Amino acid sequence: MANISDLKLAYQVFMKAYPYRRVDWRPGARLKKPLCDARVAVVTTAAFFRPDQPSFDTSIRGGDYSYRVIPIDTDLSTLGIAHRSDAFDTRGIASDKNLALPLDRLKSMTTGAVLGSVAPRHFSFMGSIAAPGRLIADTAPEVARMLLDDEVDAVLLTPV
Amino acid sequence: MCHQSVGLIQSIIEKAGIPTVSVTLLREITERVAPPRALFVDFPLGYPLGTPDDDLLQTRIILAAFQLLAERIPPAIIRDFDVARNSWNSAHRGSDEN
Repeated sequence: MANISDLKLAYQVFMKAYPYRRVDWRPGARLKKPLCDARVAVVTTAAFFRPDQPSFDTSIRGGDYSYRVIPIDTDLSTLGIAHRSDAFDTRGIASDKNLALPLDRLKSMTTGAVLGSVAPRHFSFMGSIAAPGRLIADTAPEVARMLLDDEVDAVLLTPV
Repeated sequence: MCHQSVGLIQSIIEKAGIPTVSVTLLREITERVAPPRALFVDFPLGYPLGTPDDDLLQTRIILAAFQLLAERIPPAIIRDFDVARNSWNSAHRGSDEN
């Protein structure tokens, strides 16, 4: 169970006072084909990165708004985790990356004809972004364009 | 701040024309950020798809999330994942998740 009131007092104070941002997504997009024909992708904020990619920069004031592309053929066990937040337990995603980036689960669902296909590229951010201006203006739109380029039909997003 | 980041990225992808759904572990934050569709899962922070190496539970959560793609929006949707009630079969058949 996760509630703000379960967190450390310092996090509670910050999270209750923080002016959360919104982006107007209306009117909303529609799934244009059945799931069994759809191509799906995952975006996670678990701060995963491949061995051949730089880690996230935890020293950036306001949070690192960059992202890492995770190709579908990535061996999930090789991914590093840059998160250093003590607000959550990292042991789960350390032992099974599918807990936040469920590429193995999605592949199994295509075998069972539940999903059409799994996209060639997936995306990892480090979610600790208290100042999300560049995320909103630059990096999230970049990821959206790549998902469009990959003709993705639906996206699943996971926080940690 | 993970939940704000997810909600903002989600809203931007949705605005670009791709339907999106997120998992949330902190309903209070997701209510404030108000992305299009979210599935609330009653697990600790760091465990968005439940339990490590529990393929069945993870698959059930993913299917329950994808089911929300068929819901009419706006307004934004936050739906509860019912661990006890939801089964892979019922999710696969398209039963209501609430």
